[in-house]
Amino acid sequence: MKEAVLIAGVGKRFGEVQVLQEVTLSVGEGELFGFIGADGAGKTTLFRILATLLLPDEGRSEVLGLDVVRSYRDIRKRIGYMPGKFSLYPDLSVEENLRFFASVFGTTVEKNYELIRDIYSQLEPFKTRRAGKLSGGMKQKLALSCALVHRPEVLFLDEPTTGVDAVSRKEFWQMLGRLREQGMTILVSTPYMDEAVLCDRIAFMQEGRMLALDTPTGITTLFRKPLFAIRARETWRLLCALRASSHAASVYAFGSALHYTDNRPAVRADELLVALQADGFTEVSVSVIQPGIEDTFIALMEEKQGSDHV
Amino acid sequence: MSEPVIHTDKLTKRFGDFVAVDALSLTISSGEIFGFLGANGAGKTTAIRMLTGLLAPTSGKATVAGFDLYTGAEGVKRNIGYMSQRFSLYDDLTVRENIRFFAGIYGLTDQAIKEKSRQLLETLKLVAVADTRLASLPLGWKQKLAFSVAILHEPKIVFLDEPTGGVDPVTRRRFWDMIYEASGRGLTIFVTTHYMDEAEYCNRLCIMVDGKVAVLDRPEAMKRHFGVESMNEVFIQLARPHRTE
Amino acid sequence: MHSFKGFLLKEFYHIFRDRRTAAILFGMPLIQLLLFGFAIRNEIQEVNLGIYDQSHDAVTRQITDKLASSGYFVMTKELHSTKEIEHAFAEGGIAEAIVFEPGFASRMIREGRANVQVLTDGSNPNISKIITGYTGSVLQDYRNTAFKTAEVGVEAVPLMMFNPELKSVNLFVPGLMALILMLVSALMTSISITREKESGTMEVLLVSSLRPVEIIVGKVVPYFLLSFVNVVTVVALASFVFGVPCRGSVTLLMLESLLFIVTALSLGIFISTITSSQQVAMMISLAGLLLPTILLSGFIFPVASMPLPLRMISNLIPAKWYLIIVRGIMLKGTSFGFIWKETLVLAVMGAVLMVASIKKFKTRL
Repeated sequence: MKEAVLIAGVGKRFGEVQVLQEVTLSVGEGELFGFIGADGAGKTTLFRILATLLLPDEGRSEVLGLDVVRSYRDIRKRIGYMPGKFSLYPDLSVEENLRFFASVFGTTVEKNYELIRDIYSQLEPFKTRRAGKLSGGMKQKLALSCALVHRPEVLFLDEPTTGVDAVSRKEFWQMLGRLREQGMTILVSTPYMDEAVLCDRIAFMQEGRMLALDTPTGITTLFRKPLFAIRARETWRLLCALRASSHAASVYAFGSALHYTDNRPAVRADELLVALQADGFTEVSVSVIQPGIEDTFIALMEEKQGSDHV
Repeated sequence: MSEPVIHTDKLTKRFGDFVAVDALSLTISSGEIFGFLGANGAGKTTAIRMLTGLLAPTSGKATVAGFDLYTGAEGVKRNIGYMSQRFSLYDDLTVRENIRFFAGIYGLTDQAIKEKSRQLLETLKLVAVADTRLASLPLGWKQKLAFSVAILHEPKIVFLDEPTGGVDPVTRRRFWDMIYEASGRGLTIFVTTHYMDEAEYCNRLCIMVDGKVAVLDRPEAMKRHFGVESMNEVFIQLARPHRTE
Repeated sequence: MHSFKGFLLKEFYHIFRDRRTAAILFGMPLIQLLLFGFAIRNEIQEVNLGIYDQSHDAVTRQITDKLASSGYFVMTKELHSTKEIEHAFAEGGIAEAIVFEPGFASRMIREGRANVQVLTDGSNPNISKIITGYTGSVLQDYRNTAFKTAEVGVEAVPLMMFNPELKSVNLFVPGLMALILMLVSALMTSISITREKESGTMEVLLVSSLRPVEIIVGKVVPYFLLSFVNVVTVVALASFVFGVPCRGSVTLLMLESLLFIVTALSLGIFISTITSSQQVAMMISLAGLLLPTILLSGFIFPVASMPLPLRMISNLIPAKWYLIIVRGIMLKGTSFGFIWKETLVLAVMGAVLMVASIKKFKTRL
C-alpha cells in the first residue's frame, strides 16, 4: 500500500510545554485512520503540522509524498482540512458558505457535486439558512461538505464529532465510511473511544505521545490481564468495596457494570462472585469479558503514568 | 429520597412561534443523580437556563430548591451550583485565589473563606499546589477544583452541563466518583452528557426530543423497555425518527 | 481570478449583513458631520448682554442698538450700579457687561474719544476672548461710520483669509474626512481579518490555494470602495448642506483621498498581522490610531502649538499630512505643486506598511 501520510519522529513545543513528542507512524492511501485521545493529547497540533499550518520542531513529515515544510503550497491544494471548531461563516447561508469554499479552491459546487451529494442533500432544504443558526450536527455536515468540495486526496478532520449528539455522530461516521469506500484517505481525531472501532487503524494519544498503534481489534490484545464485568444492586458501594480490596488491580465504571482486573494471576469469576455475596452484595453477576478499546486505553494510560512516577 | 428539590409542572418556553421546551414535568428528589439527555437543539440548554433562574419561563409551574421560578429567582440562584464544560475558573489565578474569589462571590465571610479554603485544599490534596497558577495544572485537577468550587456554598442542587467533554477516560471516571460522593451527602445532581456510558451512571434519565420529554425512567428500565443492550441504542432509537429540523 | 471574485463577494456579504457594522460605516460620517456642523461650533451667538449706561444719550443708545442688532448679542439686563454688574455675573444672567461713562456723547464730540468698559466672565477664557473681539469690532465699526473725522492712528484691521467668517465647519470637514477614512479603513479591516483568525476560518483559508496577497487584497478592496463612497458623501454634504467650499481641484482632492485610504488600509492590515484577536485589534486601532488622529493631527489642536516631542510624533501620523493636503485644496485652492511633499510622505508610509504587512502575513498559524 502506498503511503498517503508519513510522520517520522515529529515533536513540537510551545514555550516550556512539549505538546508532541516523537510521533512516528504512516497512513496508507485509502485508509481511515483515527487518533484517539482527550483534550491536550496533541491531536490538534499534529493535524496542524500535517495541514502545513505549524512547523514541527523535530522530525519530518510528508503528505502525499511532499514535505510539509518545503512543499506546503502544493500540499494545501490537495488536502481537505476541517479544524476543531467548525470554521464556517455564521453570517453566510449554507449555500453561500459552500460556494465560497469551492471558489477559494478555484472550483465550483457543480463540478464536484457527486462527491458531496450524499452529505449535502441533507442540508439542501435549509440552504438559505445562515450557518450560525444551524444545529451542531448540521454545522458539522456543512463543514465536511466545505472541506470536500474541492475533491481533496487526503482529508484531515480534527475532532469533527466533539459537542455533537450521538445521532449526528453516528450519521457522520456512516458518511466517512462511504467516503472511504470511494478511496479517500481520511485522518480523523476524536475523544470518543466508541468511534475508534469504526477506523481501519487507530493511534492512542496521551500528553503528546503515542501510546499505541494498531487496528481496533489488534490494539485490545495489548490488554493482557483477564477482565471481569461485575454488576450488583448498589453500583457505587460495589465500586468502593472493590477499590478497597487488596486484590484489586483496577476498577472502573463502564455503563451499568464495573470492569475489574485482579492482581492474582488465576482468579476465577465464580470465586469473585462468592466473595462479593459474602460481603452482602445482592443481584451480583460476574463474567469474563473481552477488553474493549476504552479498557485498553485506560490500561495503557495507567501503565505509562506508573512508569513516569518511578 | 425525601422532598423534591426540583419540581416542574408543564414548564414551557417559547421563542416566538418556536417552542423550545414543551410542557416539561419533572420531580427530582434530594440526593438523586438525574441525567438530562437530548440531541443538539432538543431544548436541553433552554431547560437548564430556566431551572437555574437565568431565563423566565413562558408558562407552567416550577420550584427549584424550594423557591418559585417566577418569584424567587434570586433564592434559586443562591441555592444552586453550576458548572459547565468550560469550567468557569480563572487560568491566570492560583488555586487559592480561585477558591477565594468564588467563595467571595457567594458571600462567605472572610473567616468562612479561610476555613473553607483550608478544608478544600486538604480534601482535594491540592495543598502543595495552592499557590500555583491554574493554567499549569493537569485537566483532572482543574475539573475537581471546578466542581468543588461550584458546590462551595453548599447548594441543594448542582447543574453540570457536559462536565466531562473532551476529558480522558480515567479523569472522566474520577469525576464521576466525585459526583457519587456528593450525591451520597445528599446533594442533588442534574447532569447533561454526550457520553452514553455516563448516562448509565445516573439514577434516572430524561431524554428530550424536540423540546418534549420522550422518556423518563431508570436506565435499566429504559434498556429493558426498548429491548437493547446500551443507552446509546436507546438514544439513537428515540432521537432518530423525530429529526426533522 | 475565480477564487478572488468569490472572496470579494463574501466580504461584501459580511459588510452588508452585519447591520451594526454597516450602520457604523455609513451612518458615522453623516452623524459626525451633522454633529460637527450644527452642534459643535466655535462661533458664539446670542450672548446675554448687560448695559450700565451712566450717560443715557443719543450716542450710547445708538451703540446699544448696534450691538443688539449685530446678531451676536441679546440685551438682557439694564444695570444701574457697579454692584449690580457683579451680581448679574454671579447669577449667570449675563456673559458680558458694557459700561458707558457719564457724559459719553459730549466727551466723544469734544475729545474724539470716550471711555467704554467691557466686562466679561473670565471663567471661560475662550468665550470671553471671542465676545470681547465681537464687541470691539462693533464699537470700531460704529466709530468709523459715525465719526469719520477720527484722529489719525495706526489701526490693525484683521481679516481671516480663506475662512473669513471663521466657520468651524470649514475647519472640521477636513479633519472629519481624515477621521472617518482612518476609522473605516484601518479599524474595519483589522477587525475583519482578526475575526477570521478568532473564528478559525483563517485556518481554512490558509490551507487553501489562496495566496496571502489575494487574502490581503481581497480584504482591502471592499473597504477601499466603501471609504471612497464615504469621502464623496462627506464632501458633498459639506458643500451642499454647510456651504464648505472646495476651492481647489476636486479631482486632486479625490486622488489624494484615495492615497490616504490606501495608507490607512495598509495600517489596518499591518495591525491585523501583529494581533490575533478582535479585541486587541480594536484596542490598537482606537488607542493607536483614533486618538492620535483626533488629537495629534491638527484636527482640533494646532500642531504648531504642541511641545516638541509631540510635534515630532505628529509627523508619524498619516492624518496630519492628509489634513494639510485637504485644507490646502479645499480652503486655499492649493495646487499639487505645493503639496507634493505631503503626498510623497503619505505614499511612502503606505508603501512601507503594505510591504511590511505582506511580509509579516503568516502563511502558517
